[in-house]
Amino acid sequence: MDIILNIQNLTKTYQSGGNTLTVLNDISFELESGSTMSIVGPSGSGKTTLLGLCAGLDRSSSGMVELNHIKLNNLSEDQRAQVRNQHVGFIFQNFQLLPTLTAIENVMVPLELRGEKNIRSRAADLLDKVGLADRGHHYPSQLSGGEQQRVSLARAFSNSPKILFADEPTGNLDAETSEKVVKLIFDLNKEAGTTLVLVTHDLELAAKTQRILRVKGGSLISDELTTTETPDKINYAGR
Amino acid sequence: MPVDKNAQSGISRSPLNFSWLVLMAWRDSRRSRSRLFLFISSIILGIAALVAIYSFEYNLRQDIDTQAKGLLGADMVIETNKPVKKDILPVLMTLGTERSEERTFASMVFFPKNQGTRLVNVRALKGGYPYYGSIETTPSSAGRSFRDAKEALVDKTLMLQFDSNVGDSVKVGELTFKIAGILNKAPGQTGFSASVAPVVYIPLRYLEQTGLSQKGSRINYNFYYRFDDNVNVDVLADKLEPRLEKAEMDAETVESRKEDTGRSFEDMTEFLALVGFVALLLGCIGVASAIHIYIKEKINTIAVLRCLGASSKQAFIIYLIQIVGIGMVGSLIGAVLGTLIQQFLPLVLKDFLPVEITVAISWAAIAQGLLLGLVISVLFALLPLVSVRNISPLNTLRLSFQETSLFKDPVKWLVYAIIVLFVFAFTYLQMGSIRKTIYFTGGVLFAFIVLSALAYAMMWLARKFFPSSWSYLWRQGFANLFRPNNQTLILVVSIGLGTAFICTLFFVQDILINRVTMSSSKNQPNMVLFDIQSEQRQAVSDLTKRMNLPIIQEVPIVNMRMTAIKGRDASSFKKDTTAWSAQRALEREYRVTYRDSLSDSEKIIDGKWSGNYSGSNAVSVSLEEGFAKRIDVKIGDKLTFNVQGAPLETVVGSIRKVDWNRIQTNFLLIFPKGVLEEAPQFHVLLTRVPSNEISANFQRVVVKNYPNISMIDLGLVLSVLDEILTKMGFVIRFMAAFSIITGLIVLIASVLISKYQRIRESVLLRTLGASRRQILVITALEYFFLGALAAGAGIILSLLASWGLAKFSFETNFSPEILPVLVLFTIISGLTVLIGLFNSRGILNKPPLEVLRSEV
Ligand SMILES: Nc1ncnc2c1ncn2[C@@H]1O[C@H](COP(=O)(O)OP(=O)(O)O)[C@@H](O)[C@H]1O
Ligand SMILES: [Mg+2]
Repeated sequence: MDIILNIQNLTKTYQSGGNTLTVLNDISFELESGSTMSIVGPSGSGKTTLLGLCAGLDRSSSGMVELNHIKLNNLSEDQRAQVRNQHVGFIFQNFQLLPTLTAIENVMVPLELRGEKNIRSRAADLLDKVGLADRGHHYPSQLSGGEQQRVSLARAFSNSPKILFADEPTGNLDAETSEKVVKLIFDLNKEAGTTLVLVTHDLELAAKTQRILRVKGGSLISDELTTTETPDKINYAGR
Repeated sequence: MPVDKNAQSGISRSPLNFSWLVLMAWRDSRRSRSRLFLFISSIILGIAALVAIYSFEYNLRQDIDTQAKGLLGADMVIETNKPVKKDILPVLMTLGTERSEERTFASMVFFPKNQGTRLVNVRALKGGYPYYGSIETTPSSAGRSFRDAKEALVDKTLMLQFDSNVGDSVKVGELTFKIAGILNKAPGQTGFSASVAPVVYIPLRYLEQTGLSQKGSRINYNFYYRFDDNVNVDVLADKLEPRLEKAEMDAETVESRKEDTGRSFEDMTEFLALVGFVALLLGCIGVASAIHIYIKEKINTIAVLRCLGASSKQAFIIYLIQIVGIGMVGSLIGAVLGTLIQQFLPLVLKDFLPVEITVAISWAAIAQGLLLGLVISVLFALLPLVSVRNISPLNTLRLSFQETSLFKDPVKWLVYAIIVLFVFAFTYLQMGSIRKTIYFTGGVLFAFIVLSALAYAMMWLARKFFPSSWSYLWRQGFANLFRPNNQTLILVVSIGLGTAFICTLFFVQDILINRVTMSSSKNQPNMVLFDIQSEQRQAVSDLTKRMNLPIIQEVPIVNMRMTAIKGRDASSFKKDTTAWSAQRALEREYRVTYRDSLSDSEKIIDGKWSGNYSGSNAVSVSLEEGFAKRIDVKIGDKLTFNVQGAPLETVVGSIRKVDWNRIQTNFLLIFPKGVLEEAPQFHVLLTRVPSNEISANFQRVVVKNYPNISMIDLGLVLSVLDEILTKMGFVIRFMAAFSIITGLIVLIASVLISKYQRIRESVLLRTLGASRRQILVITALEYFFLGALAAGAGIILSLLASWGLAKFSFETNFSPEILPVLVLFTIISGLTVLIGLFNSRGILNKPPLEVLRSEV
């Protein structure tokens, strides 16, 4: 199997005053292309930091990040931006839609950045898939949280990424809306065959992925496979 | 596993995709266009001022071009202030197709109808001058006809002052002329030259009979020529020059007059353009600070774009495009406004101008304004804009924007350097002198640094000595001065600079008026009699005493020229381009006195004063400090003079410091007694007249007995000066208004921006249960502190500047008046509070939720 994400001995420290704060400590794992994985752990354990490093949003203090066989460590910020545009999709807890762009324009941005043409229909298709075909001309402030997150989903898939990073995608949504969004994430993911990395503290959600990494205090404490067919087991583990 | 080598080594770059960046810039600005416009509005007035002044300048230049012949009234003028030498006369009398002759001098005239006398500029004219343009008179025929009779033309201000009509008479010297017409405008005359020295024209052939053409009267001789069209007058003038120079005469042509006139107005437009530029700079600070906050609000958007794969360059360009866009809009509006304002400039400035000003749209000026506005708004916006490059995509996950400090980002230094360079280059283009440019740029920089330093110091002090015992509302308002997102720096700099500008104008006007009015104080002379002949001296002095007037000073004056400095003559200095002052010193005429003692306004600072010439070695003269410096001489250096034909060797014996503020005759050069007694000379007498009636009476008696003597009533000079100062003050205030209004716009913009900054907080406070009144008080207090700090800083700066000007430029004491300063302080702080409250009313009147929702 092809390895899409290869993390070796990843460490992240912050310098504050004279102190060194180790936020991530010697983390290693490999992720196969097309698989789904979640990162779980208590708040402040370093999940977001890990995700940011995996996606090339930040630089590690030491260790290696290889995304789609590209070593991110050696790349400049702009080169990493290029990698993101080509291979990565994002979903954020707080949606992060561009407030001055309409829904469809938001979906189009990654494609426009690539310089592709005739993208409006593709963006419209994606909006249709997330059930917002008729909301394309609305601005984010005119959409509910769930709708915003669905637009952001359409955007994440618009550049047909190899890997999708989602940081607590349902963290700001109510249970019912969450369910809808989660279903969409997994459906779209399956359809496109994208690798999914999901950060969450919701174990029920985590159990829907094939693999769970547990982080605590910046260290990897477990790395186990799940069987998505048996959510009961996960529920049990969660209790 | 196959490794994608290509991807590993270098990432394929997609093109910049410029059209998409433009589209993105347009989309991104959707919610903020009105705010962006507000940001840029602060440069509109600066651009308007500059476009107005440039248009005016271009039109003026054009008008001087087309009206130059009328300015001179002839194709060539040959002039001198010496009696015309015999050997040049044949040349003078054969030149040109038509020629006229004029003698001008200062003299008293007497209006018998109401017994009035006044010092005027008498012009005795013969011939058909002017050949171009006309002597404008009422009735218009008088301008020509007076030459054929015993008639005079009298300036309209004189006619008004002495309540005279055409047909009345005026006595010039010993001769009475019938007033043929009112002189409205002589060729080349400005409104001011008329009020400083009103003109009376008489026919030249009566000059002899007036008795004023005698030696000792300082007479200027002008010869006007008209040439046929095929004569190249400038070539001719060049050819004549050596002979004229030998005869101590100068030739002026239409071309050279054009240059001279243009040059003298360059100074004025230069000054006005700089005032406009200051307004522009002030506006630019507003732009920079507004964009700074704008970018801060855009951090998230930029981070998302970066996340989605936009390069830092692309993100930067998106916002650069926005700035260029609004910069263009702002400049365009400024240019239109400037073109409109230009219509009023001639009204304001007409008294200073010798030509009729036409008002035409100047595309060159508009292009200049557009370019300048664009460049400068981009330059200043670049300061905050460069940090866009450093906004990390990580901000999407966690807001972690840290201000990239100046020291970390060398590009910021580069931008600062470019700005300073730009200001320098622009100023240099205006002034054309490195020294002045350095002063101006340095001054502006200094003001900015001082104000910024004051702002920082105040923030530091506010934090350090935080008044924790104050009530909550006061503490909250006070703390807003130094809390994150504060507006202290920008408001202190912009309001402070505006305040400093207004305040300095006020102080300088005060200093000037003070200087002038000193002369009206007790025991200072207020009347000067000059052109007193040696043989009249005793009689005039007796007459003065008889009329119970004091003789405050009585000095002999000898006219001479300097022919060599340290043995070098004019021709030797001419090759030396650095010795410009020395060249000038050898060209001019000196009025010199001789006496055996120093006056009480003089002090020897170098060498030894010698009051009497012993007759053996070289004559030892005393030089004024600044004059000695200008011509670069020290004690013991040789100076050679030509005293009306006779050469005279001297050495510099002493150097004096002179208090020029005293109303008395002061001299650059003083000779000892025993040298100049036999030289042709005249005398000056200073006295003090206690009232206008006595002044008029004294003038009448003197003029009746000694018509060659001229008298200056300083009271009259004062009122003329006052008039000029008022008019100049108006021009300056007119221009300063641009800065002040710009300051206000920056103030409004800054306050509006801080409204966006404070909105969340106010809403939060409202949500937590703060009453309308409480929020109002907090806001009012914050803006009061800000306004007070800014106004205070500006006043301090202007006190410094005015003190410097008073001490070094006007050499006088500076005692600022307190009351107007306090009034200004109150107005500025009050205005700040008002604008702050006015802008915040939106938050106060709406329910908190609505505000939160509408805010992006
Ligand atoms: N810029 C920073 N400087 C110092 N500490 C940081 C910084 N960013 C994050 N941290 C710390 O790193 C730890 C992990 O944070 P995060 O990855 O956001 O945790 P999680 O997403 O698991 O809640 C936290 O303790 C946080 O305080
Ligand atoms: Mg997190």
